[in-house]
Amino acid sequence: MVNRRTWLTSIPVMAVMIAAAAYFLLPVLWVLFSATKSPGDLFGTFGLWFSDSPQLFENLGRLFTQDDNAYGGWLVNSLVYAGVGALFATLMATGAGYAMAKYEFKGREALFSIVLGGVLVPATVIALPLYFLLNGVSLTGTYWSVLLPGMVSPFGVYLARIYAKDSVPDEVIEAARIDGAGDLRIFYTMATRMMTPAIVTIFLFQFVAIWNNYLLPLVMLNDSKTFPVTLGLTLWNSQTQRDPMFYTLVVTGAAVSAILLIIVMVSLQRFWKAGLTAGATKG
Amino acid sequence: MTSITRSTARRKPLKQRLTLTVLLVPFVLFFAAFFVLPIGYAIVDSLFTVRSSGLGFGAPEKVFVFFENYARALATPSFVESIGRVLLFAVIEVPLMVVFSLVLALLLESGKAHFPRVFRVIYFMPYGVPGVIASLLWGFLYVPSTSPVLQILSNFGLDFTPLGGDSVLFAIANIALWGFAGYNMLIIVASLKSVPGELYEAARIDGAGEFAIIRHIKLPLLRPTVVLVTVFTIIGTLQLFVEPLVLKPLTTAINSDFTPNLAAYNQAFAQSNPNLAAAMAVIVALIAFVFSFGFLKLVNRKGNRAW
Repeated sequence: MVNRRTWLTSIPVMAVMIAAAAYFLLPVLWVLFSATKSPGDLFGTFGLWFSDSPQLFENLGRLFTQDDNAYGGWLVNSLVYAGVGALFATLMATGAGYAMAKYEFKGREALFSIVLGGVLVPATVIALPLYFLLNGVSLTGTYWSVLLPGMVSPFGVYLARIYAKDSVPDEVIEAARIDGAGDLRIFYTMATRMMTPAIVTIFLFQFVAIWNNYLLPLVMLNDSKTFPVTLGLTLWNSQTQRDPMFYTLVVTGAAVSAILLIIVMVSLQRFWKAGLTAGATKG
Repeated sequence: MTSITRSTARRKPLKQRLTLTVLLVPFVLFFAAFFVLPIGYAIVDSLFTVRSSGLGFGAPEKVFVFFENYARALATPSFVESIGRVLLFAVIEVPLMVVFSLVLALLLESGKAHFPRVFRVIYFMPYGVPGVIASLLWGFLYVPSTSPVLQILSNFGLDFTPLGGDSVLFAIANIALWGFAGYNMLIIVASLKSVPGELYEAARIDGAGEFAIIRHIKLPLLRPTVVLVTVFTIIGTLQLFVEPLVLKPLTTAINSDFTPNLAAYNQAFAQSNPNLAAAMAVIVALIAFVFSFGFLKLVNRKGNRAW
């Protein structure tokens, strides 16, 4: 890797990389500076520096008290939708992926093809008919209408199958069977341990997918108490014409929710890598 | 002896079949309920329409009309325009996304980058910002009164209106690029990391320069991954929805039927015409399938393996 010319040739490489980093950081820096400003300063001062009278704590206080502490509730809702949804999605996808990797059964490849097809179906195509289906059983407007659809991860099954194929040797399963272990116990105690990197990745992907989803809650929910953060912030954004104070709320709220997820993603960085390798090289 | 073997052989699969059921059935049920059923429902629904009978007496009834909703959708100028618009958007967005993520990945893995891990995190970070919030933020950065970038450019006499009629597609493409380039880059990086280092060593000993290694080793090995990234980007661009919805109040260049998905959403909720909406949703899905499979066919055709 290292050679004499490295420091010279690395200058153009670094120049491009730093420019790209500035591009990715621009909106984040803007929102962090803007979260410290009054509505007047938001429009009256330079966007990439503080104003003369920073008021971050005032903004944060208002963010969490506006509309009967609505923002805190939205954060909790997002956390529940994404956390619980991703947890169950991961459980089911891991089981199904493992079963498809390690058991022969009729129609296995056909089922896997259908599931893979599910990865390619545009999410928006499902949201609209799902509304009318769930409306038929009076589930629209409830937590369930967002929670249940989030529990399905075709991509998770795909990842779990590939990973189980590679990381859980048939010989280990056979040996455990000869020792008298039941198949379910083999799965829960041995296979899941070997599949841990894939399991964490499936959870993370699904968590972010649900957290970022907008159309499904938009279609399903009408009571702002059940809203996730994304929907709540657009609700406030629609009121900026009426009262400019909502600009500050939207900006501060966007800053807080972005920071939260960025912390989660950065701290779990190594798991993204592990699972992506499995998906990318064998795909 | 034979009978014993046979009986144990028969008993084992039974226990295993039970396990198989426990592992497989929950997912299959949920998948059927929340993926297969809605798609089936949309297809069936798109073949019906609700008509109030005669003079409006009695309950409106559901009538089978075959492809009438499809004909109506395709005869609606704003819907056809919206299809043309997302196709144009895909022409802008897909190459931009693939090239940008590929360049970022190659730079990160070039061995010439300092602090590659720090940069990788910075590039990947926007993936965790919901599209709605990304659109809100870029919305502020597209308006002269709040955008530091436009203000600086304006000081140099350059006045841009990102949300003008000619540039709004690029403004939206930029939001999508910002959000997903780092994610796609990470997929490509993962694929690059699986290339054995000896391959590069051998090439260097043979006198290959960095660009020759990229052109003759890295790009050919990345081919399946780049194809995958391209297909996912095509599917993503055709279902464009959130970004124009959020930017709409800021500009007159975005109408309520700006993309096919927005049009379908409008038909379903604002116009209360779920059957027409279903037909529109199915059309979007079909276009996505045609283009992603068409692309796969194109790149896998013999003699088309230029790289």
